[in-house]
Amino acid sequence: MQKRVSRGRFLKTLGAAGVAGSTLTILSCQPNTNAASSGGGGGGGPEEKELALYNWSDYVAKSTIPSFEEKTGIQVTQDFYGSNEDLLGKLQAGATGYDVIVPSDYMVTVMIKSDVIQKLDKSKIPNTKNVGEDYTGLSYDPNNEYSLPYQWGTTGILYNKKETGELDGTWDPMWDPQFEGQIAMLADSRETLGAALYKLGYSVNTKDDGELAEAEAALKDQQPLLRGYFISTEVRPLVQNGDILLGHVYSGDAFLALAGNKDLDYIIPQPQASRWTDNMCIPNGAAHPDNAHKFINHILGADTGAKLSNYTYYNTPNQAALPKIDPALKDLPGYTLTPEIFERLEVIEDVGAKTREYERIFTEVRSA
Amino acid sequence: MSAKAGGPVYKGVGKIPDRALLLFSISIYAFLYAPILVLMFFSFNSTRSTQTWTGFSTEWYVALLRDQTIHDAFFNSMKVGITATLIATVIGTLTALALTRHNFRGKVAADTTIYAATVMPEIVVGVSLLVFFVATLIPLGIELGIVTIVIAHVAFTISFVTIVVRARLAGMDESLEEAAQDLGANPVTTFMRITLPLIFPGVMAGALLAFTLSFDDFVITFFVSGVGSSTLPLKIYSMIKFGVTPVINALSTVVLVATIALIFGGSRLLVRRENS
Amino acid sequence: MGGKGRGWTFRLVGLLTPVTIWLGLFFLVPLLLILAYSFGTSNIYGGITLGFNPGNYLRVFDPLYLEIIVRTFVIAALTTLLCFALGYPLAYFIVFKGRRWRNALILLVMVPFWTSLLIRAYSWVVILSGNGIANKTLQFLGITDEPVTLIFTSQAVLMGMVYSYLPFMILPLYASLEKFDTRLKEAAKDLGASRWHAFWRVTFPLSMPGVIAGSILVFIPSAGEFVIPQLLGGSRTVMTGSLIQNQFGSARDWAFGSALSVMLAALLLAAILFYVRRVGADKLEGV
Repeated sequence: MQKRVSRGRFLKTLGAAGVAGSTLTILSCQPNTNAASSGGGGGGGPEEKELALYNWSDYVAKSTIPSFEEKTGIQVTQDFYGSNEDLLGKLQAGATGYDVIVPSDYMVTVMIKSDVIQKLDKSKIPNTKNVGEDYTGLSYDPNNEYSLPYQWGTTGILYNKKETGELDGTWDPMWDPQFEGQIAMLADSRETLGAALYKLGYSVNTKDDGELAEAEAALKDQQPLLRGYFISTEVRPLVQNGDILLGHVYSGDAFLALAGNKDLDYIIPQPQASRWTDNMCIPNGAAHPDNAHKFINHILGADTGAKLSNYTYYNTPNQAALPKIDPALKDLPGYTLTPEIFERLEVIEDVGAKTREYERIFTEVRSA
Repeated sequence: MSAKAGGPVYKGVGKIPDRALLLFSISIYAFLYAPILVLMFFSFNSTRSTQTWTGFSTEWYVALLRDQTIHDAFFNSMKVGITATLIATVIGTLTALALTRHNFRGKVAADTTIYAATVMPEIVVGVSLLVFFVATLIPLGIELGIVTIVIAHVAFTISFVTIVVRARLAGMDESLEEAAQDLGANPVTTFMRITLPLIFPGVMAGALLAFTLSFDDFVITFFVSGVGSSTLPLKIYSMIKFGVTPVINALSTVVLVATIALIFGGSRLLVRRENS
Repeated sequence: MGGKGRGWTFRLVGLLTPVTIWLGLFFLVPLLLILAYSFGTSNIYGGITLGFNPGNYLRVFDPLYLEIIVRTFVIAALTTLLCFALGYPLAYFIVFKGRRWRNALILLVMVPFWTSLLIRAYSWVVILSGNGIANKTLQFLGITDEPVTLIFTSQAVLMGMVYSYLPFMILPLYASLEKFDTRLKEAAKDLGASRWHAFWRVTFPLSMPGVIAGSILVFIPSAGEFVIPQLLGGSRTVMTGSLIQNQFGSARDWAFGSALSVMLAALLLAAILFYVRRVGADKLEGV
């Protein structure tokens, strides 16, 4: 009896030792913010004709990938992520193998600072000249050393003009009690806190505690009037179906809704609103950086750029593609922006250590 | 209370409680299938919306046929789902047998570990597994991909299978098995001929649960997947930013109709065989 | 308990080896990693610096977060109760009234769950919206005169939770009930028991292992849920799952997220062990 029990115990002790040993190994490998050490690096010798594209789902037109594959003979594998932070987390935890990624503006800054993306070799991207002036040199990557724009847009208000009448053009209608239960805001902490900050006349990137406290109060006032906090693509059908009258949305969703319904309208509120840009970057440790550059160049081609935006309904940063954009799109309110509107658009930047404060405020507002 | 004469007093759906139970059950099925009917309806929508009806069109079925990324994702999900379910069901059943039938030192620890494997939130499981894989498997040459997804899926479904099979085993009397052993059958034969048939509904229930958990898993799968191993949930959940299009509804409709047809076809075959 | 014949230990070890290896490597080791993270400090640009920082755990005791945790447990408990109330009769029906169609019926319960939860949730939004079928039916039946707000409420979240987790209750119940010979019930009836009596005194107690298993399998994942509160609740019902997601998401605070996860897991584990012990651990054992 003694013998039997101790045999079992022996095996268990062995197992425990194994677990302990593996743990020590793991703990010595922290999630590395520098993925350059792992994965097959590029350079030296011709690359295989493959490309691993890591993009948002459904963010390419039907012809985008096939035309690239035909032109260059490079086979493209597509994989998908649904949030910038998911992408960042995966890269920082050491996942490699992706050649082109498409992070949003503020995330590019974070990625530069945490050293997960590499500098672009513009000599391999002649189509850089197609990118319009308004879309380069933005604060998140001042010299576009690491990124080139993919699509851009604004964040504004999609509303049912027939029911609400003409709005005053500011953010105030989103706080108007007469629309109680029929307003929707975005579930994005930066955008929604941003709307409150804009309403109060402050910057969306403020780090001032006083201003943030005021914004928090404003959001708490607004909360009872809201239907809820949603993702932009969920707001679109709510406005289309008449469940809500005023929705905080990204421009692409607004345009999709406007295209089908004459009663709707989209405004970019005064005094300020956000503009955002999704960008193409190459992660450290990419297996096919040369092919990646070719792909970026392809996207920046006039034809490809136009087809892309005609499919996604977002704006193209590609000056050369503009003439080929669907005229029906160009006529939609808020699609073609005047310099005056550009002036009052702010780019959401990473706020570093204050990020947690923004999150805490948003959690508190929603919990109220 | 006087003894009632004859055989079973209640039969079929004659009595009120039976009717009520039948109605109730139908309502639950209706509850489960209501959104299914809606999503099938919208698979024929004429615009990109899955929630605003604009007209009839079969364009999404055509789009489904043409979208290679969805086909790849679907097959990856099936590969992962079936493999992980098989492994997890085997391991989970063995574990359930050990825990239910034996008392040993460290049993409390084993029990606790099984429960613990269900309580960790998916995101920490996903992130930590990714770090673990990067540190251990990649140096060994195993890339992130189907293999790592299967490993992760088995890890988080074993406990579910174990818990379900235990529910089946509990209170199950072992006399049949003991009799078989007394008659000279070895443990393996006893297991295959006696135990397994007896616990089969539990094992099947556990397998169904494991497959269902695996097939729609997003968070863990996202972190441990690699290039080209995107599963269906990775494709679908990441469509949330630009909108899920009815092509997904079309896919779901096709899968559902095929599965239900298989189930009914299979059942009728079995019934016919029973009758013959 | 199985006879402790020759090779008992070998058999036990054999049965337990696969799970020990698999969970040992792919669960326990990563778990230690998470514990390490929970005591670390999050870097501003993502990632963690390991060390000994109990601050993350102290932060969990902020009233804001405690409120969220309490709310989570309440919703999880309600979900479990409702799943039991709806699931038990259905499991009973399938086992005792299903006869030859039993397997088909149980598979049909699962089939909807092989469709993405995302589109099913969107479909619920359509059904429950102002102009949706639910409202139209209520008005048609004369129960209401005008559209009622059904979607994006905490009730909608609860309904969504029950909808998502019903199979987790039904499957173990089915597994547990299925082993009963109908003759056992008929014997009870023949001996003079009323139908209710036969059920309550014989069938139900014998199905307890299924009830316990089902309760655990519903309660645990409900507590970590974050998709349903977002899709059906308009993100207004903040649950612990959403909170943890945020820490790994836009807050980029992995250390705090890990601490929250460990706290949640510890609370849930304590709840399970207490529940199992209270209901009678012996019910989960062999005879």
